[in-house]
Amino acid sequence: MAKRLTKPFIYLILIAFSLFYLMPVYVLIVTSLKPFDQISLDTMWQLPSTIDLSSYSTAFSKLAPNIMNSFYLVIPATLLSALFGSLNGYVLSKWKFKGSEIVFTAILFGMFIPYQSILIPLIVFLRDMGLYNSIPGLIFTHVVYGLPITTLMFRNFYASIPYSMLESAKIDGANFLKIYGKIMFPLSISGFVVVAIWQFTNIWNEFLFAVSLTQSDQQPVMVALQNLAGSQVVQWNVQMAGALLAALPTLLVYILVGKYFVRGLLAGSVKG
Amino acid sequence: MKGNSDRIWSILFILPSIIFIGIFVYGFISWTGYVSLSEWRSLIPNYSFAGFENYLNLFKDFRFQADIRNTIIFTVLFIGAVAFMGQLLAILIDQNIKGESIFRNIFLFPMALSFVVTGVVWQWLLNPSTGVNLLLEKIGLSPKWYVSTEVLFGIPIGKIEFGIPVAIIAIVIAAVWQMTGFSLAMYLAGLRGIPEELKEAARMDGASEWKLYRKIIFPQLRPITMSVIIIMAHISLKIFDLIYAMTGPGANYVTDVPALYMFETTFRANDYASGAAIAMILLISVAVFIIPYLVVNRRED
Repeated sequence: MAKRLTKPFIYLILIAFSLFYLMPVYVLIVTSLKPFDQISLDTMWQLPSTIDLSSYSTAFSKLAPNIMNSFYLVIPATLLSALFGSLNGYVLSKWKFKGSEIVFTAILFGMFIPYQSILIPLIVFLRDMGLYNSIPGLIFTHVVYGLPITTLMFRNFYASIPYSMLESAKIDGANFLKIYGKIMFPLSISGFVVVAIWQFTNIWNEFLFAVSLTQSDQQPVMVALQNLAGSQVVQWNVQMAGALLAALPTLLVYILVGKYFVRGLLAGSVKG
Repeated sequence: MKGNSDRIWSILFILPSIIFIGIFVYGFISWTGYVSLSEWRSLIPNYSFAGFENYLNLFKDFRFQADIRNTIIFTVLFIGAVAFMGQLLAILIDQNIKGESIFRNIFLFPMALSFVVTGVVWQWLLNPSTGVNLLLEKIGLSPKWYVSTEVLFGIPIGKIEFGIPVAIIAIVIAAVWQMTGFSLAMYLAGLRGIPEELKEAARMDGASEWKLYRKIIFPQLRPITMSVIIIMAHISLKIFDLIYAMTGPGANYVTDVPALYMFETTFRANDYASGAAIAMILLISVAVFIIPYLVVNRRED
């Protein structure tokens, strides 16, 4: 096939698709830089005549508290869920017990459930615990429902560390804890990076829990962005600026450490 | 003695997670199942038994019938397009081209965005009076995209017209834009995993490139396609944020899906019993795909 599809033709198709995939970014940026009165049908695709940053200041003043909420949520939730995932992955890959495969599969199923199917009890539970409409409540939720994916990722990661390493450590008298602390944990730094990036992105972008479990001043940024979009007399420039601000942290992660991002993507998808 | 303490430690490490999953996944699912059979239809919990009434009412409900249609159409179009686009782009990128990482990054970056951001941006792009339409008008097309209530190839079944709602196509475009990177990454990993010797051997035997793909490469990619279908199917059945941000239920429920209906029933109408019933149907539809997949994967280990 490739012989007939000569190289220039391949480039042509790839460039055409690239333009399609970049088109929303172009429109997003161009629109966000225009003042409201310059946004009209005819000029939608044109560059702004003058650069106007007021939509950014408007969007930022509205979203800033929620962006901070997202950071308060995402940092502890990411660290905690990575830690739990690492402990589980260690046991499920190197200290298998009778029925551990069944336990693993049962944990994994939690990754695929629609969260609607646990949402009503979760709200009742968080209310009873006094955690409803609070960042700690959301952190708790993300740590619990992050267990399946982080366990899967760490289990696959630790599976690549050879048994012989454990055996020789055991002969040297190292126990379960020492092997984790001195061998597995230091070896899994890159595993932690992959899992942390994956969890950071997912929790930052998550919407259903955020919109169901929090209100107004406790809301993470995605809910605030949706409200910004839903509640106004369509100020497209402000909306586009808001969308860009809300997307910036995960985009930056992708741009800076995209390699780990893709690794996380594959680790979370290819069979356990 | 020492072996014993290791055993105890390993159990102590994993026990909290087992308990959490036991309660918050399986316990809560059972609880939701119980609510779905109850009379809880206001802010005040009411667990008196209603039998399957909530489920029966749903299947008679116009909105839920539309949801089933929309989910089926969305899932088929979405999976088909994501698998096709991912495979096509992966094969093109795999042709030893210059600037490979630039192309890869362009197709993958939407994966880093949230569905809410995607929804907000595509709502602007596919707005009937703006965006893409200004280009399409030049070739004589001006679809109304997500505000259209038209159903293509409609056949009346029950209270609804079964066919392809135009508005769903608009949402599929946005969803495919966002998720192509996922299948692209998987197919690329798959292509890179095919041993070079296999391809060389085929070329030595004089196989044309087309034959090489048909006989060697496509069959090797089949397990990847299986994974892509399963992963996209469960995303598609659960889709919520994109539609919530982009259109909501839509006029005549042309873009409504069970996840959205569940949310509105439960938290806007406070009909917890019906909301729970929708959630259970959603869970069962996902489980039908996922459980066999998990079982097969475990066995292969």
